[in-house]
Amino acid sequence: MNVQELIKVADLNIVTLPSPEREVEGAYIGDLLSWVMGRACENNAWITIMSNSNIVAVATLADVSCIILAEGVTPDEGVTETAESKGVNILSSPKSAYEIAKALFKSGL
Amino acid sequence: MQEHLIFRFDVDGEDFTSAGQASVHVKKNLRQIGIDPETIRRVSIAMYEGEINMVIHAGGGVAEVHVYDEYIEIILDDRGPGISDIDKAMQEGYSTASDNIRSLGFGAGMGLPNMKKNTDKLDIFSTVGVGTKIVMRVNYKN
Ligand SMILES: Nc1ncnc2c1ncn2[C@@H]1O[C@H](COP(=O)(O)OP(=O)(O)OP(=O)(O)O)[C@@H](O)[C@H]1O
Ligand SMILES: [Mg+2]
Repeated sequence: MNVQELIKVADLNIVTLPSPEREVEGAYIGDLLSWVMGRACENNAWITIMSNSNIVAVATLADVSCIILAEGVTPDEGVTETAESKGVNILSSPKSAYEIAKALFKSGL
Repeated sequence: MQEHLIFRFDVDGEDFTSAGQASVHVKKNLRQIGIDPETIRRVSIAMYEGEINMVIHAGGGVAEVHVYDEYIEIILDDRGPGISDIDKAMQEGYSTASDNIRSLGFGAGMGLPNMKKNTDKLDIFSTVGVGTKIVMRVNYKN
């Protein structure tokens, strides 16, 4: 499944979608950046409530296919633009990380 | 000494929000010269953690990446406060990060362990009050 398809089946909102074709395989949930760096796998969807610009560098370096901001969190100023220019997909949802993970699971991820 | 490729960056210690840019650059450059993805991933993770540490603990520094035929070497050099107990700093969960820095998502105490895990060689030279130099080596896959 790619990110574009995931958005539809898991009912996610688009914050920025510069790389809609990226494959998604599995997910990682976490807010502590060095845990995410150490544990998230390539092409995971990364679910977090962190909204500052460091999430863009982490997403780039950990090779996740998208960031999903949970609990209705919105990115800090300038983050969306940075993500867009770096090709990092940011999605969002009013749901909790648990509810989002459930939706991803149900969608066949 | 044989000629080899070197990337060099001044890492700004003021701006926490744009931290990690040197690592992002290196990743892009390594991709362009055709380094294997697994090696790029390990270099990216190890360098990012070292770069962030220079920013949040040492007020910035200099990062160099040397691309040799057999391996990639990452050298991080700062004039920060130094690390008094390196064994302790290497432990998972040990962190001296302030609340302010933790609120950005740093301070899990997993950076140095991540550097260890993703490199084939890690040397830390540190003197309290003088600075810290970290040399990491990542061998190519195969
Ligand atoms: N370049 C440095 N200069 C001075 N102290 C450092 C440096 N790098 C690491 N340290 C010390 O070692 C500790 C552990 O570093 P480590 O990267 O493992 O964790 P952290 O940076 O506190 O949190 P995290 O990396 O999980 O965000 C730091 O809290 C800090 O006290
Ligand atoms: Mg660290």
